[in-house]
Amino acid sequence: MLKIEAIIQPAKLDIVKEALIEAGIEGITILEARGHGRQKGHTEFYRGREYTVDLLPKVKLEIVVADALKEKVVQAILGAARTGHIGDGKIFISPITDAIRIRNDERGESAI
Amino acid sequence: MCRRAITLLILFAGMGFSAHALAVAPNLGPSPPATQAQVAALTQAIHDAQTSGDNAWVLVSAALVLMMTAPGLVLFYGGLVRRKNILGTMMQSFAMMGLITVLWAVVGYSLAFGAGNGFIGGLEHAFLRDVGLAPNPNYGGTIPEQSFMIYQLMFAIITPALITGAFAERVKFSSMAVFLSLWSLVVYCPMAHMIWGVGGVLNVTGGHWPVFDFAGGTVVHITSGVSALVCALYLGKRVGYPLEDMPPHSMVLSFIGAGMLWVGWFGFNAGSALNAGPLATSAFVNTQFAAAAAAITWVITEWIQNRKPTALGAISGAVAGLATITQASGFVQPMSALAIGGVAGVVCCFMVFRVKKFFGYDDSLDAFGVHGVGGTMGALLTGLFAAGSINAVFGKDAAGKPIAAGAIDGNWHQVYNQAVGMGIGWALAIVGTLVLLFLVDKSMGLRVSATDEAAGLDLSQHGEEGYDLNA
Repeated sequence: MLKIEAIIQPAKLDIVKEALIEAGIEGITILEARGHGRQKGHTEFYRGREYTVDLLPKVKLEIVVADALKEKVVQAILGAARTGHIGDGKIFISPITDAIRIRNDERGESAI
Repeated sequence: MCRRAITLLILFAGMGFSAHALAVAPNLGPSPPATQAQVAALTQAIHDAQTSGDNAWVLVSAALVLMMTAPGLVLFYGGLVRRKNILGTMMQSFAMMGLITVLWAVVGYSLAFGAGNGFIGGLEHAFLRDVGLAPNPNYGGTIPEQSFMIYQLMFAIITPALITGAFAERVKFSSMAVFLSLWSLVVYCPMAHMIWGVGGVLNVTGGHWPVFDFAGGTVVHITSGVSALVCALYLGKRVGYPLEDMPPHSMVLSFIGAGMLWVGWFGFNAGSALNAGPLATSAFVNTQFAAAAAAITWVITEWIQNRKPTALGAISGAVAGLATITQASGFVQPMSALAIGGVAGVVCCFMVFRVKKFFGYDDSLDAFGVHGVGGTMGALLTGLFAAGSINAVFGKDAAGKPIAAGAIDGNWHQVYNQAVGMGIGWALAIVGTLVLLFLVDKSMGLRVSATDEAAGLDLSQHGEEGYDLNA
């Protein structure tokens, strides 16, 4: 099992979610997040004062999938979230040792 | 078909004739000479009709001016502070609606509009003694004096509320309430008396230096704006200013508030005619023109400076234009109002962008940069642009021509009078505010502790939060 974390532009959430469901995922967790990568922030002006906003609003997705689904899921996110501009986000993949369904003790891939 | 048309025509002609006959009937027959009683009754009826017309406008205006404080100013200032201070900021203005009203009823109105001397009113109207429903010929002779009293109260409320923009996010609620209550009696009431009170030294009819102040450019905006600067200097900067970012937390709230200020300002300026006559129209038109011109010039100025036309710039410009035209609103031609607004937008923008940064004081919400500077400019520009043809404030000469009012009419001396009024306004605001700040600071302390400031005024002063996102 793998955990796929993707940080994306908030505006892309809906189409990424649809693409993931089409790719065959069962569940998804979404966190509203703030941060920056190479994009750094932007500047705002209030009455002539310049403010640097370096933590920008982002959305973080967390999906746990069976190993076989990895490429399909990654391609779905890339296809839906990419604009080609700086600030599109990142995908991180890490191994998961176990999964347990709280309702009925189910374990492993059938629990995700 | 044709016959029906002719019948209709005859019918209409007949109706027209009979209506005409009715209208001229009294002249046809011998009419009895009007008795004195009839004339008296007619005069009374005309007087009553004027009173109800004028009174309707002044009462609506009073409500509009109160709306400028809350929700207008409350939202405008509330949106400009950080999220943790919104209730504290709103409460500072709202508290004035309670405190100043009570003070006004007890003694404020009398100090401002009682006879007294050239500088302050007497105590004969304390507890509103002899302030009834009969008109006072000195103060809007066609409306009940209580209408005048309640209308003026709304000005007395918003003036100290404007000052709160200078010490936003760092003042103790208790000290603020005591300071602004005293300020109303020590600075506002004398200033209102000098300019608008009968016998005041700056009164336009009979004062030593007749000052044109139609709706309170000096009484309201200079006093509050200059006092705001003194407060900002005395209190010092907010912890972390200017290194830490302190951007407005909700431009949306500020936008709504500014819109309400603009609308309310029609009551402020056009209502100051104290009647529903042509002068009210003149002030109404000038108010709109100056606000629009200032909003445009402020935005253009910052567009050139910072490459972006900001929303905050647009609303700040409108408020600057409104503050600047206040004094001139019932004295100048519409084109002069456009010019006054246009200048206001550029100068106030420059004050807020550059001068504040240069001197490094923390006038958090720019009460001085907008109201103090706008009011001061308005005082002088009124002397320049006041036209006797709009408001024959000095009366008319033998030929029925209005006597020259401002420099535009050839009366340059009026600019001097305006400058004297402005100077007295500045002096009174500086001295009064300094003394009161010192007294309140030594007796109860002005600033919240650094811990309370970090926690925000909402929690530390009121035990509440403006936005409880978990509720």
